[in-house]
Amino acid sequence: MINFAFLNNNLLKRNAKASGVFLCLIVLSSCGKPSQDLTSEYLNKLNKTYPSQSGGTLIDAMIGEPSGLISMIAGESASSAISANIFNKLLKYDKNLDLEGELAESWQVSADQKTITFKLKPNLKWADGKPLTSADILWTWHAVIDEKTGSPYASDYQLVKKAEAPDPLTFSVTYQQAYAPALDSWSGLQILPKHLLEGQDLHTTAFAHNPVGSNYYKLDGWTHGENIKLSRNLSSVLGQAKIDHLVSRIIPDSSAQFLELMADNIDSMSLDPIKYARIIPSRPELQKKLALYKELGNGYTYLGFNLKHKPFDDVRVRKAINYAIDKQEIIDGVYLGLGINIASPYKPGTRWSNPNLKPYPYDPAKAKALLKEAGFTDNNGDGILERDGKPFSFEIITNQNKEREKSAVLIQRRLKEVGIDVKIRAIEWASFISRFIKTGDFDVVVLGWSLSLDPDQYSIWHSSQQAPGQFNFIGYNNPTVDKLLEQGRLELNPDKRMKIYHEFARVFLEDSPIVYLSAGYGLTAIHKRVKGIDNPAPPAGLGWNSYDWYIPEPLRRSETGRNEMSAN
Amino acid sequence: MLKYLIKRVLWMIPLLIGISLISFFIMHLAPGDITNNEASFNPKASEESRQKLRELYNLDKPVIVQYGLWMKRMTTLDFGTSFASHHKPVFWQTKDKDGNVTKGLIQEALPITLLINILGLIITLALAIPLGIVAARKYGLWQDKSITLFNFIGFSIPSFWLSLLLMYWLGVVNNWLPISGWHSINYDSLDTWSKIKDSISHLILPVLIPSVTGLAGITLFVKNGMLDVFHQDYITTARAKGLSEHKVVYTHALRNALLPLITIVGLSIPGLIGGSVIAETIFAIPGMGKLFYDAVMMRDFPLIMGILTIGSALTLIGNLVADIAYAWADPRVRRGVVKE
Repeated sequence: MINFAFLNNNLLKRNAKASGVFLCLIVLSSCGKPSQDLTSEYLNKLNKTYPSQSGGTLIDAMIGEPSGLISMIAGESASSAISANIFNKLLKYDKNLDLEGELAESWQVSADQKTITFKLKPNLKWADGKPLTSADILWTWHAVIDEKTGSPYASDYQLVKKAEAPDPLTFSVTYQQAYAPALDSWSGLQILPKHLLEGQDLHTTAFAHNPVGSNYYKLDGWTHGENIKLSRNLSSVLGQAKIDHLVSRIIPDSSAQFLELMADNIDSMSLDPIKYARIIPSRPELQKKLALYKELGNGYTYLGFNLKHKPFDDVRVRKAINYAIDKQEIIDGVYLGLGINIASPYKPGTRWSNPNLKPYPYDPAKAKALLKEAGFTDNNGDGILERDGKPFSFEIITNQNKEREKSAVLIQRRLKEVGIDVKIRAIEWASFISRFIKTGDFDVVVLGWSLSLDPDQYSIWHSSQQAPGQFNFIGYNNPTVDKLLEQGRLELNPDKRMKIYHEFARVFLEDSPIVYLSAGYGLTAIHKRVKGIDNPAPPAGLGWNSYDWYIPEPLRRSETGRNEMSAN
Repeated sequence: MLKYLIKRVLWMIPLLIGISLISFFIMHLAPGDITNNEASFNPKASEESRQKLRELYNLDKPVIVQYGLWMKRMTTLDFGTSFASHHKPVFWQTKDKDGNVTKGLIQEALPITLLINILGLIITLALAIPLGIVAARKYGLWQDKSITLFNFIGFSIPSFWLSLLLMYWLGVVNNWLPISGWHSINYDSLDTWSKIKDSISHLILPVLIPSVTGLAGITLFVKNGMLDVFHQDYITTARAKGLSEHKVVYTHALRNALLPLITIVGLSIPGLIGGSVIAETIFAIPGMGKLFYDAVMMRDFPLIMGILTIGSALTLIGNLVADIAYAWADPRVRRGVVKE
């Protein structure tokens, strides 16, 4: 008995990832005794409505620490999450994902669609009081395309043939030819202050850890490895945010984050499906004080075929596999129902997603018929189909991502039912990319795309983008799609552009070069003391109006103790 | 003695070069580099720009050339700057022309890890030595058995699991201790006394948990050492000449039984410097373990090499100190009676 326990523990010791599972056990098993005295008085206070008011501190947690706050070179999401509160862009997306001005008051596209002229809002200021003018924007453009900067996102801006700042309120860019994603690209470039950065090396400048911006917040303090504190920028160009201080704590382990959330030391964290759908609903005292939110991200998980390998060059085989996979089963089993089935590579509910397209249904009979048509039959009765004497067998590779691995297992089982033998291999990210994706040495991948809000997917699906390191690594080559993608890049009129991408998504679905598995929801828990959050989240996502969120005074955390609020 | 010392120190140089050579090549033979981490798999980031980045970091050159460049910098003790964290200096702080001081990554992480691990080691020793003595004196009796049982429970419990349990019980259910982190958020605004209290409360779990789980080995070591010594003739002599049991155990037996412990402590030095990835991740402590783990995941070569070089140098020094201490404590080694 003791021996058994010893072995068992050692097995677990090896796997730190199991900590999450253990947390669930702890949390579920102690349901009997509520951990905190949530008095009815406090709950009443929590559920009352309050007028919008400013003040207070919002504390959230993040897994990793930003390397710096100049997002054009930092590249990781932790960096842009913080720097988006500090810097402004020329344009931004509104609630319904239409573009509107942020620093720009208005913008105009010339008749030949090659020149865009931005008019800035008057009296813009940096947090240090210096004026923010078109010279700053011009300087930022020069910085992002500069070879020495080496920004990974330079390509969009390198297409600008000429950029000018004829007067302090005007900034204009001219492209070689019309470039539709241009507007989106100007909603992504954070404008940096020329007067502080001119002549500095962006890679080493102290500015990256002590930035001065123009947005709602300014940096208050950064304790390396521990937390980043922001406070309200009183000269913000967009008006005043409600919440005084934003604190982001760096807590790499999501179990520890969740304990901090339970103990009321942080106000919000992003959740995984288990916490969202199982743990929190099973604990009434958590449910009482936390509000759960879900929002669709702009990304999806897919199964992609290497179209240069036989038999995946045959559209019947690709369709057969598409029919044979039960996507709802993956959504229910892997994502606990927190995802949706999609039929186009765009976020459902947005303009670019074609509402007339339907995902391939789960239809094993049809899959079998298609495979037979393609010449696959089971001649030796072993349950696996053959063609030309060779069994239909392939390997699915994926990176070490639990959700993707589980999806692959479900796919393996469904494909076995139609007579396809599938093996699964999960590979560490760096070797996954350099050994398999770059060399094209794979049959089938399970991967995901996270996309920007512009519908242009030229770099992913155009046949010219297949060189090692480029993103069309599945080798998709369809002249119709190529043409549509080229057209879509040239058309700046949103309605005409929409028609192009609807047609692209239709041809693409018909061709089935990838199988859409699911678009997962982003899941967040936020303490109910934070008011003013839109639920359900609009297309632009939960955080679109975060500057309008507020924490009513009676609900604020006491500034002195760790978590006085929950102890009271 | 002096000759021995000089020989030992000189031997460290080829050892260090060998270590650096092996670790450099292993890291560069591993697939991938800083330009293809998961965050860079973004359709907006082009392959040309990644190639530019590789050139910027000299990653396009043959490995042997890169090693040469690294060695050249190392001769001036320049550990370079990290790829992945905005060119922060790897080892020690630098000052730019405007007087902005950027702290080194190791400079910030090493004291944290050392503090936790040295405190942990002290606590482990403070518990293990008395427990080992008691277990040896009461060998085979219930005291010995219960100490053994306690030790093996501690040894078998996965420390991350114990950590989470205690974090839940002490931090969430009872609100006695902070759950994670190194300081409270409002640390800067506290007075000195509160700052000390705050630091201690953040230290308790990360220090105690590894000490408890690491207790078993050292207790067993002390116990066996004591048992060996108890069977030696001089102890029988001491008892025969009528010394009190107290004096026999603590003056005569213990000193000899503890000698091997110096070796154990010497061997634990790499662990003291390296830190633990799991513990530092769970407790959100910015120490060496987490720093190294992240560096490996990001293929941040200068940082990896910096940590490995400084780590192995400190380890070699630690081993040297342990050997000297052994020689100091044991006259037989000092006089060359026993070959080390």
